[in-house]
Amino acid sequence: MRKLSLYRYSYVLMGVTLLLLTILPAFMGSYYIHILILILVYAYLGSSWNVLGGYCGQFSFGHATFFGLGAYTSTILFMRFGISPWIGMVLGGILSMFVGIFIGFICFRYGLKGPFFALATLAFAEMFRVAALNIPLTGKAMGILITLKGTSFPAFQFQEKIYYYYIILAFNVFIVLVTHLIENRKLGDYLEAIKEDEDAAEALGIDTLRYKIIAISISSFLTALGGTFYAQYLFYIDPDICFGVHNSIEIFMRPIFGGLGTVYGAFLGSLILGPLSELTRGLLGGYSGMHLMLFGVVLVVVIIFLPRGVVGLLKKI
Amino acid sequence: MFFQMLSNALVSGLLMGGVYASVAIGLTLIFGVMNIINFAHGSFMMLGMYVAYWLFTGLGLNPYISLVPSFLILFFLGAVIHKFIIIHSSDAQNILLITLGIALFLDNFAAFLWTPDYRSIEIPTLAKSLFIGYLAISIPRLIAFIFAILLTIGLYIFLKTTTTGKSIRAISDNIEGARSVGINIKKISLISFGIGAGCVGAAGAVITPFYSISPSVGLVFVIFAFVVVVLGGMGNFWGTFLGGLIVGLGESLGATYLPGSLQQFFIYFVFILILLFRPQGILGGKRA
Repeated sequence: MRKLSLYRYSYVLMGVTLLLLTILPAFMGSYYIHILILILVYAYLGSSWNVLGGYCGQFSFGHATFFGLGAYTSTILFMRFGISPWIGMVLGGILSMFVGIFIGFICFRYGLKGPFFALATLAFAEMFRVAALNIPLTGKAMGILITLKGTSFPAFQFQEKIYYYYIILAFNVFIVLVTHLIENRKLGDYLEAIKEDEDAAEALGIDTLRYKIIAISISSFLTALGGTFYAQYLFYIDPDICFGVHNSIEIFMRPIFGGLGTVYGAFLGSLILGPLSELTRGLLGGYSGMHLMLFGVVLVVVIIFLPRGVVGLLKKI
Repeated sequence: MFFQMLSNALVSGLLMGGVYASVAIGLTLIFGVMNIINFAHGSFMMLGMYVAYWLFTGLGLNPYISLVPSFLILFFLGAVIHKFIIIHSSDAQNILLITLGIALFLDNFAAFLWTPDYRSIEIPTLAKSLFIGYLAISIPRLIAFIFAILLTIGLYIFLKTTTTGKSIRAISDNIEGARSVGINIKKISLISFGIGAGCVGAAGAVITPFYSISPSVGLVFVIFAFVVVVLGGMGNFWGTFLGGLIVGLGESLGATYLPGSLQQFFIYFVFILILLFRPQGILGGKRA
């Protein structure tokens, strides 16, 4: 018989949370909506990372690559050719997926594992960052400023933050559904098996290379969509914001803290870390990277004492 | 004109290569013994730089003297971090994440304490260059290069002759065998982690006369140190030294002949190629 646990009520809990997230912002000031949007952006990006890092156990230190490809593709297509960022978002996702498949293929084909896969992905992101710094198409170090057109759905631009809020909320609902789907299909079991013991998975007849590549392709496609949203929300991108190491770290912090390989891990992680980092910045002031000090402590504590993250903790209660 | 540019690029590349080698040598020691990748390595270097900076501004101490307190302070810090944090995990991937956490904390704590601004040490007697024909050799860079050679030789002798050094090599070769002959694995791991941190702390002090000090400097160096270590073969000292020179030369030649900062692109590219096709490094790994 299963132990009675708080986590069993997660469906009810998430339903209530979704309801609150839908209604509450109508009564909030734009600063708080901004904070919520950032929480949801990183919840979404973290969930995308989680498909590869959490479910499949392949830690990427370079998801900024996919974020940046999404952001730059839609932005360049919009600014140069006037193509709607909605279309650019899908094209960016597809480009990012191909790059993901390429990176995955060469890394997994040659057996890069654990920390070495992490370092290789980090190096790929750095290559994209250096390239973006040097190519005129990407505006070099100046980055690209997206020209404002006022509220326009085809241009993915809104003067009221609340529109962005509901879009990123929808992104989150979407990724929760996708993750649920993965978890409940054979794919989820295969990824889990690869994470637990790759040799054993191989011995059982699972084509581990194929499933790892499937995981990275889903993950890279979804991450790129988040990149486009980010660009359209802030109207500005540059090589460091997009491809920088810190962006990769921001992306994987939430799922590691919340719970690797769980549907709601990244979301819960972001819900807690978001306000905490805002608070740290407020208290310590000045320098914008102050919350990273907190992230550092959180990372050490979670890896040592809470390897299953917040979700693991809740399951025990 | 062509030869002047080329030879100056070669010389400055070799000298910078020495710096990369001295930064990476501690990383390769830690990797060789414990099979872990220490992401906080660059942050240790950053702290070593600040030790030299504060001793210079506070007491007027020459950075080449400060390299001793830098070594000792970072040795102690490394030992404490190993004893209270690293020891709790044995999985290589988790240790990479833990040391990344330590790096994030140290880098941003330094920014909190000392602001993110760039600082530098001005020593007029050192800010000179040797001229050999049209070759200009910066003296502090030359000293850093000599330091890198001495550090490599010193560590080599330490590993070959002392009991602790032999124990370190024994663990690096065969951990079970080392355990069975009664080597205290925990203690030796702690000492190697401390030495690795201390060495990079000292290297940090040595480069302060010509390299700006800032809390974010570690991140730049740690990624380059990974490249150097992988290139040289993880755990291989002479390989690391050679790897440092190759990266230094590649960077300098690239900066001279490629537009913008594209030289970094090729350094990462080579890094990935080596990881994929020759993970044991150019000289083969784990031979102290």
